[in-house]
Amino acid sequence: MLLSYLKIAWKVLLRRKFFTFISLFGISFTLMILLVLYAMFDFTVGPQTPEKRVDRLLFINRLGLAMPGSDATSNPSYSFLERYVRPLRTPEKVSISTAGGSTVAYLGNNRLDLDERFTDAEFWQVLDFDFVEGRPYNESEVRAATRVAVINESTSRNYFGTARGVLGRFVEIDGVRYRVVGLVRDVPATRRFSYADVWMPITTSAEDIRNPDYLGSCIAILLARRPADIPAIQREFAQVVAGAPVPKLGGMAFKEVRVYAESLLTATVRDESNEHGADAGVGRLVGIVVGLALLFMLLPALNLVNINVSRILDRSSEIGVRKAFGATSGTLIGQFLIENLFLTLLGGLLGLAMAAGMLHLLNGSGLIAHTQFGINGRVFLGALVASVVFGVLSGVYPAYKMSKLHAVQALKGGTNV
Amino acid sequence: MKATPLTPVLRLSEIEKVYQTRDIETVALNRVNLTIYKGEFVSIMGPSGCGKSTLLSLMGLLDEPTSGTIEVNSRPVESYSDKELAGLRNLKIGFVFQSYHLINDLTVLDNVELPLLYRPGIGGKERRQRALEALDKVGLSARTGHFPSQLSGGQRQRVAIARALIGRPEIILADEPTGNLDSVMGEEIMALLLGLNQQEGTTIVMVTHDEQQARQTERLIRLFDGSQVG
Repeated sequence: MLLSYLKIAWKVLLRRKFFTFISLFGISFTLMILLVLYAMFDFTVGPQTPEKRVDRLLFINRLGLAMPGSDATSNPSYSFLERYVRPLRTPEKVSISTAGGSTVAYLGNNRLDLDERFTDAEFWQVLDFDFVEGRPYNESEVRAATRVAVINESTSRNYFGTARGVLGRFVEIDGVRYRVVGLVRDVPATRRFSYADVWMPITTSAEDIRNPDYLGSCIAILLARRPADIPAIQREFAQVVAGAPVPKLGGMAFKEVRVYAESLLTATVRDESNEHGADAGVGRLVGIVVGLALLFMLLPALNLVNINVSRILDRSSEIGVRKAFGATSGTLIGQFLIENLFLTLLGGLLGLAMAAGMLHLLNGSGLIAHTQFGINGRVFLGALVASVVFGVLSGVYPAYKMSKLHAVQALKGGTNV
Repeated sequence: MKATPLTPVLRLSEIEKVYQTRDIETVALNRVNLTIYKGEFVSIMGPSGCGKSTLLSLMGLLDEPTSGTIEVNSRPVESYSDKELAGLRNLKIGFVFQSYHLINDLTVLDNVELPLLYRPGIGGKERRQRALEALDKVGLSARTGHFPSQLSGGQRQRVAIARALIGRPEIILADEPTGNLDSVMGEEIMALLLGLNQQEGTTIVMVTHDEQQARQTERLIRLFDGSQVG
C-alpha cells in the first residue's frame, strides 16, 4: 500500500511541476535557514571537539557581586576559583584558565594577531583536543612557570610556514619566547571557553594570580565522573559559595555573591546576556527561538496547505473511487499525510544539501575564526524532525478536508479519464 | 451455471431521497421498494434526472436515504458504522461508472489492484495475481503496464470492470457503463457484462438509457420522477 501511495505522490509531484517547484522551494529554503542555524548552534554548544564530553562538563565563567542599586559582574578571579572551586570533592577534575584575550606575535617585520589562553595542566585532561604533534604541557611545567606553548595549525602555518614539524621551535609572544611542545587542530572561535590560537601555562601569564579579589578574568571547567553527577556538583558548589564571605570593596558592602556552575549552553547564554541572576535566560531564549522557528515555518506551511487544498479538488474523482472501493476516512488521511511527508522529506533533503553548501561558504568566508560548521548526525536528525513537523503541519488540514469529501459529490466533480 | 434468483443480496424498502436546499426541496426518490436477488441482471431505466443514479448510489452504500431502509444480508445499513460500511463496500460491491473513474497516475494493473489495497490480509503477490486474472477475464492481459490515457474508451471501461471484479463482490453496480462509448464498443461491454452474469453468476444492477441493452437483462425497473413505474 505504501508503495502505491508513494507512486501516486511522485506522479502528483511530476504532474504539476510549477506547484511542485513552488512548494519544494518554500520547504527547502525554510529548512535550509533552520538547519544552518541549528548547525551553528550545535557546533557552538554541542558535543564537539574539544568539549566532546559536554554532558559531563560544567563551566563557571561569570561572578556577580550584588549590592543595593547596582551590581558588579565580571569573570571570577584566579584566586577565587583556586580557593572555592579547586577543592570541590564531587568533580573528577577541575581546570582553571584565563577567559581568553588577544596578543600580538612578531615574525620579523610581520605582525600576527593571536588569541591566547593561559591554562593549568588539567585543562588538557578536562577537554579533548586533537593533537597533531607533541603533547600538552604538564603539571610540573605549570608549577615551574616553564615557557612552553601549545599552538594550533593555523598559527603554525602563519608563524612557521608549515603545519608540521614545529615542536621545539620558539614562538615569541609579547616579547617572551615560548617553546612549542604541542600542535593541535584548529578550534572554532565559537567554542568560547576553550578556543585560542596559542595556549600557555597560567603561571606565565600577566594575570595576578595572587589578587585576592573575587572579580578577575578567569574561568573554571569542571569534569564530572558521569553525567548524573552534574546536579551534585552544582549543589556542592552552591553550598561553598553560600559559605564564602561577602567581600567589601572600597567601602562598598555587597549583599550577595552570585556565581554558578553551568552547562556549556547556559554558560554561553550567560556570557552573551551578561545575566547574573540564578536564571541565565536559557528557557526564555529557547522559547523565543522555537517560537520564531515555528513562525518562520508557518508561512510556507500555509502556502503548502493552500496548494494541497487546490490539489484535492483536482483529485476528487480519485477520492470518490477510493471511498467507493472501501477506503475509510482514516485510510485517506493516512494516504494524504504520507504523500505530503514524502514531499516535505524531499524538501528536507534539498534543504540539507543547500544548508551544507551554505555552511561551507560560511566556513570559507572567515567570518568566524576556524569554523568547521557542517552536517552531522544531530543536524541530519534535526532536518528529519523539522521535515516531519512541516509535513504534518501542512498536511493535516488538507487531509482532513479530503477525507470528508462526500463520495457521490467527489465522483460527480471528478475529472474523467 | 446460473444461480436461482432467490437469495436476496440487497433489499430496499420505502426508500425516499430528498435534496433540500434553502429554497427548494427536490424529491429524487419516492417510496421505492426493490429487492435484488443473487445472480440477477437487473437494469434500471428512465429519463435523465429521474433518480436512477441516486438509487444506484444508495444501493452502493455511498449515500443515505432520507427515509426507508436498505438491508444488506438482512441487516439494515443504518446499524453499520462508517468503517463497517466501508468494509461492506469493499467486500460485497463492485462499481462501474459511466466515466470510468480510473486513476490517471496509476498503471492499468495498479488501478485494478486498488480495491484489494483496502482488504486486510491480502499481500502484494496475491493482489498482483488476482489483478492479472481479472484483466485476463476482460481481455486486457496485454495492457497491464499501460496508463489509462493510453487506452481507448472501451478498453478503459474494461479496466474499470476488472477493478470491479477483482474483489469478487456479490454485486456489481454499473452506472451507464456504455454511456460514453460508441455502439460497437458499447456492445462489447454489454457482452462482457452478460458473460459475467451468465457464466460466473455475478449479480449485476445496471443503469442504462439503451432500451436494447435493457431488454437483454432479466428484469427491467423503470423510474419516472423518482417513482418506480414498472
